[in-house]
Amino acid sequence: MHGSHATGSPYAPHTEEDRTAMLEAVDADTVEDLFDIPADVRFEDGFDIDARTERETRRLVRSVLGRNDDLTELLGRGHYGYYIPSLVDHLADRSEFLTSYTQYQPEISQGFLQALFEYQSLLVELTGLEVANCSMYDAATALGEAATLADRIRDTTGHRVLVPERLRAERQSTLENYVAGTDLAVETYPVEDGNVDLAALEETIDEEVVMLYAENPTVRGTIEEHLDAVGDLANDNDALFVLGSDPIALSVLQRPADVGADVVIGDASVLGLPTSYGMGLGLFATREDYLRQVPGRLVGASEDATDRRAFTLTLQTREQHIRRERATSNICTNQAWVALRTAMHAAVLGPSGMVDLAERDVRRARDLAARLDGIVGVKAPVHDRHHLREFVARVDQPATAVAEDLERRGFAVHVLGDHEIQVCVAGVSDDRIDRFAEAFAEVAR
Amino acid sequence: MSDDRPVGEANSRYDQARYIENGEYEPLLSAKDLTRVEIGGGSGDGGDESDGTGSDASPLPDDLTRDSLELPELSEPELARHYTRLSQMIYGIDSGPYPLGSCTMKYNPKFTEDVAALPSAAVHPDRSEGSVQGTLELLYRLQDYLGRIGGMDAVTLQPPAGAAGEFVGIRVAAAYHEHNGEGHRDEVIVPESAHGTNFASAALGGYDVVSLPSDDEGRVDLEALEAALSENTAALMLTNPNTLGLFERDITEIAEMVHDVGGLLYYDGANLNALLGRARPGDMGFDVMHYNVHKTFATPHGGGGPGAGPVGVVDDLAPFLPTPRVRERDEGSKSSDPVYERFEPEHTIGKVHGFDGNWLVLVKAFAYIARLGDEGLADASASAVLNANYLAEQVEYDVPYGPFHHEFVASAGGQDAADVAKRMLDYGVHPPTTKWPEIVPEALMTEPTEVESKATLDRLAAAFNAVAGEETETLEHAPERTTARRIDQTSAARTPQLSWQALEDE
Repeated sequence: MHGSHATGSPYAPHTEEDRTAMLEAVDADTVEDLFDIPADVRFEDGFDIDARTERETRRLVRSVLGRNDDLTELLGRGHYGYYIPSLVDHLADRSEFLTSYTQYQPEISQGFLQALFEYQSLLVELTGLEVANCSMYDAATALGEAATLADRIRDTTGHRVLVPERLRAERQSTLENYVAGTDLAVETYPVEDGNVDLAALEETIDEEVVMLYAENPTVRGTIEEHLDAVGDLANDNDALFVLGSDPIALSVLQRPADVGADVVIGDASVLGLPTSYGMGLGLFATREDYLRQVPGRLVGASEDATDRRAFTLTLQTREQHIRRERATSNICTNQAWVALRTAMHAAVLGPSGMVDLAERDVRRARDLAARLDGIVGVKAPVHDRHHLREFVARVDQPATAVAEDLERRGFAVHVLGDHEIQVCVAGVSDDRIDRFAEAFAEVAR
Repeated sequence: MSDDRPVGEANSRYDQARYIENGEYEPLLSAKDLTRVEIGGGSGDGGDESDGTGSDASPLPDDLTRDSLELPELSEPELARHYTRLSQMIYGIDSGPYPLGSCTMKYNPKFTEDVAALPSAAVHPDRSEGSVQGTLELLYRLQDYLGRIGGMDAVTLQPPAGAAGEFVGIRVAAAYHEHNGEGHRDEVIVPESAHGTNFASAALGGYDVVSLPSDDEGRVDLEALEAALSENTAALMLTNPNTLGLFERDITEIAEMVHDVGGLLYYDGANLNALLGRARPGDMGFDVMHYNVHKTFATPHGGGGPGAGPVGVVDDLAPFLPTPRVRERDEGSKSSDPVYERFEPEHTIGKVHGFDGNWLVLVKAFAYIARLGDEGLADASASAVLNANYLAEQVEYDVPYGPFHHEFVASAGGQDAADVAKRMLDYGVHPPTTKWPEIVPEALMTEPTEVESKATLDRLAAAFNAVAGEETETLEHAPERTTARRIDQTSAARTPQLSWQALEDE
């Protein structure tokens, strides 16, 4: 009988006999004798948290989360709900993947290291840059890390970091926290009809700029048309050109290396995770020149004592557990398991599946925009640009009222301003998009 | 005392799965296939003839697209085998004991995966408050649980990992001092033996790091602390019990000393598993702390993450926490269910994650705490501390510092700790953390957690003791029975090959 089960942790396997024998071995009468805690800081109270059986706990969580409305989400703006193939859940949930630690003992962790190496390789192909780490937390923190990288490698006297004025406020705020310990100052540059306003950017950029950030697609779903010119502006001013994107966008859009990007950041969990209330996977890729300044973990190939190829975490002298306050980042625990899922999802799709997924949504977004545009009182898309999977629509009715009406009919959309709504088709089935368009026609009039 | 225990090869042999194909371990996906897909052929208007012949061409104009994409194109059965084989080449908690000091590798209950996979958990962060009441309620209740467990007044769940939590603590401290007109404080004090992240997080926040030596007993040296503290001190970061497993007995005095100079006391929650139900950081005088839910609350480590590093603070610091937090709406609601809302703390530092952190991990942590309750949490600590003490007693290596709690640091003495670790792999156990903290020569930092039975601890001790009796040469040639043999770290770092594309250049 496992004595602790009645009142203790259900996951501590000790029997009463074990406990007695162990206490005897350590020469203690009770386990409390082993705690060397002064009386004045001892906690004698309880937390007032009731223990539950597994079944009761599952019921509790199900009932709490059951208060979430079951809506069809036409939501994006940096977090997406693509369909996740069953293979990803079943194989990523194998307990060897799920319950192992960081691969500090590579000889018994080859499988995870290889999966992460394959993840890094996927990003190298998508970005055209030579080095990808095996994860940051999310796009916003990856952007912050890019800025501290810029701070370390740029010799200029300047301190300006330029980001688009339409950047998600949360992303900008995270960036500002990351640079709070540096002399860098974040400034915005104008956008024109959704995309970078090249003329305005040219006017504001100068040699005081250490980093220029742009996104493709933009947060409003538009595809940038002159990224090479943006890259040139950065290059001419010796600023680090950081591009935000994601693996599905990168499967079809211009390759970052071809437009002069020095760093690519973004959310790689568009592949691998369903909508997860914003949980993500920070993509971080850069040029080989900056290898020794890269934040986070890197998996490299080497050989073992039998001369066979084997994988290991490498260049760890960049990291906090060795370099402490001079490390390239404070990151330790990262998003490795999400990176595994992303690699698996990409593998299931293959290159043709990834390209198809992206192109299909370009068409579906365009078709939906055209349908909404046909509704009296709606203009869609607002921007005269190409869109990847989401677009902004203008509604004559107050946007909040339209969104509330849509929610009552089972659909969630973004409200951007008094009369602007953003709609994303990623992961939404065709028949739901049909029903959404019908509902929209009813509420937007 | 363990002389009569079965040790050695015959009784504890271990062989990890090892596939060899064409002289290599499981081939890379890229060795199995690489397919190049061309992109383009689109004028940008091609897709208008929606499902006609136009669908082959890209719906985007050529100048907006890349030329091609080259990646493996494999069937699902091939992939299932690939990843199954990879998984068999990994040692996890479910494979055997994993006493990695400071990492709290405890069993991850399976049911928490089920609750995190509920379709109702899969919601977008930009949903309206009214439509995600379940998510907000769970976050609210978890904030509340963590506050009680740590003795803290307010909690943010946004930091996606322990180091991110430290960074929040540092930013909150900076904002607090700034708010009080004390922005001149530019130093953070960190004990020598602290986790590397403490130093790095303080540095990321722009602080000068003042390193604090320990006293002869392995605890904070009060005289050295006195000397380090000044009107420039922003905070002292402490782990308690510290990385040697020792409780900082002078914690009340330390807190007074830090507070007397106007500094804040930060608690690194990495070792909270030692104290559940016995002592709370809030009661010890800590002003701000992070929780490692992937340690203390059993959410899986996933090969390096995702974790979550919620931060708790005392009332004075609550206005500076990241935004948003979740609260119960106080207006009397008509329905019986309380209504939850997001709110922005008055002097918030803003965001430290693009959304609200690692939500799915938070669901698992909530489920774990709700499952264990007071008794389970208190027993987790009791059993973890008992296990560490029992294991240390069975291990022949010297353990110079005590009394320790959930972990102990043994010394490999004349042996190289890293080699000891490699050899332990051959005995079917995961080795301890090695060579750290440096105060113990050839450190073997060992944390068995509460999930190991006496029998497993005996087997683990047998592995330690078998290695303790082995020759240097044996250790240097280990491991032998793992998928890969000893890996050449030097050449990996000297000639970095970080992708399959880099291998092709060979």
